[in-house]
Amino acid sequence: MSAKLSIRNVAKRFSGQDHQVNALSSVSFDVQAGEFLVLVGPSGCGKSTLLSIIAGLEKADSGEVLVDGIPVTRPGPDRALVFQDGALFPWLNVRKNVEFGLRQKGVTAGEASDRAIHFLEQVGLAKFAENALYTLSGGMRQRVAIARVLSLEPEVLLMDEPFSALDAITREDLYVEVQELWQNRGATIVFVTHNVREAVTLGDRVILLASDPGRIQLEVPVDILRPRHIDDVDVARTAQLLSQSMRQGRENILQEVWNDEQFTENDLLRGFDRLMGDYRQ
Amino acid sequence: MLFPSPYRVGSTLIQEFRDGSLLNATAISLRRVLLGYSISLVIGVPLGIVLARVKFVEDTLGSLVSAFQSLPSICWLPLALLWFGLNDRAILFVVVAGSLVSIAIAVQDGVKNLSPTYVRAALTMGTPSWRIYTHVLLPASLPSILTGAKLGWGYAWRALMSGELLFVSLGLGQMLMQGRELADMSQVLSVMAVIMGLGLLTDRLIFGSLERHVRRRWGLAGA
Ligand SMILES: Nc1ncnc2c1ncn2[C@@H]1O[C@H](COP(=O)(O)OP(=O)(O)O)[C@@H](O)[C@H]1O
Ligand SMILES: [Mg+2]
Repeated sequence: MSAKLSIRNVAKRFSGQDHQVNALSSVSFDVQAGEFLVLVGPSGCGKSTLLSIIAGLEKADSGEVLVDGIPVTRPGPDRALVFQDGALFPWLNVRKNVEFGLRQKGVTAGEASDRAIHFLEQVGLAKFAENALYTLSGGMRQRVAIARVLSLEPEVLLMDEPFSALDAITREDLYVEVQELWQNRGATIVFVTHNVREAVTLGDRVILLASDPGRIQLEVPVDILRPRHIDDVDVARTAQLLSQSMRQGRENILQEVWNDEQFTENDLLRGFDRLMGDYRQ
Repeated sequence: MLFPSPYRVGSTLIQEFRDGSLLNATAISLRRVLLGYSISLVIGVPLGIVLARVKFVEDTLGSLVSAFQSLPSICWLPLALLWFGLNDRAILFVVVAGSLVSIAIAVQDGVKNLSPTYVRAALTMGTPSWRIYTHVLLPASLPSILTGAKLGWGYAWRALMSGELLFVSLGLGQMLMQGRELADMSQVLSVMAVIMGLGLLTDRLIFGSLERHVRRRWGLAGA
């Protein structure tokens, strides 16, 4: 099976007045159709830059992004993006925000309105359709942002830290909802976060990014049964392991441990011992 | 006598109101300012947006616009008189010259400070780039358009009054000058009161409530 989305040797530099930032240096990975992929890494490691390149909002210095084998050249509704702050339009009410993209696609007003209501129902907000945005809480606004993007029925759904501005309780509700939406719709999702637990809660696979230069540090499959909750024991343990390797930055040793499917607590400890040994040298 | 009593100013006001001279002058001045101001808005708002978004336009027109802003609008009057002669169009020109540039600059500032995510979000939803102007930048910058509109209204009104004071024409400005010529202090003061009253009314009633509404909707309340 060929990949839905391919990132091939993508590199990007930004030059400031006195220094250069290596935001991404030769990043490559594939995302399969229907996969829920999470990119996790400390802030400044190039996550947003990578999503912007996939979305077509920014150009890579080198390398390319392919959707179904076709190179991405500009932004489009097949790769809709959910922003951290929602980026909803305050001059439109809830329903018209969801309609916006549909209208741009040329869907007629009546049809767009029906579809907007349908997707607002999916996120539990149909009865707020005629509300002004400022009457909604942060969590409700992010749901609107998700409905707006789902209504475009994108090939790939891109999400850039969509929940990081929300309180913990709202966030946990949304973890459940997003997993349900994803399972029901069979969407392909690329989700970005700096929160390792969030990554493990949501992803089929987690790619850990390291910064300066932005690059892939570690890639791990997550096989924990769904629906997952952020305080499931398995989630917590896997997340802890990932955080450790993020801090220590010695990807190879941990990758070995991960690849050994039967790993035990002892293997892990041995792995970390070797890691620490490396450090002391 | 330096000041007439408030009572005399009041009765002059009532009398001017009764004989229609005040309403007439107010109507003439308002019509002029509204016409000039509308022209300024219709040109100034798009100009501001384009100045903020199109580098070429900013490079070429930007400093010219800033230079014009430092010119008090009444300085345009001699030129306007040469171009149009002693008529309404000269006055109109001065009003437009006084408000257009300040509107454009306020809108330009506002658009420059817009969060780029609005445009980015619209682009990812497949909005063609020309439609970004009408469907995103224009509504998104409504708060700064209002700021510009309010500023521009003040400038337009002042430009009109200085124009009307300086050359014979109907309107409130001329009524003021007439008061001076007749050495009628209470006429002067009554007309000044009307001008202030109109200013206060538009500021509070129109711009004040519009601004409150927009700021709340745009999530800027209290900011
Ligand atoms: N437009 C830009 N100009 C200059 N530097 C930028 C720009 N965008 C991002 N960067 C830099 O690139 C690096 C990666 O940024 P970003 O992708 O936003 O990281 P993340 O989303 O992981 O926090 C950071 O060091 C950031 O300062
Ligand atoms: Mg980011």
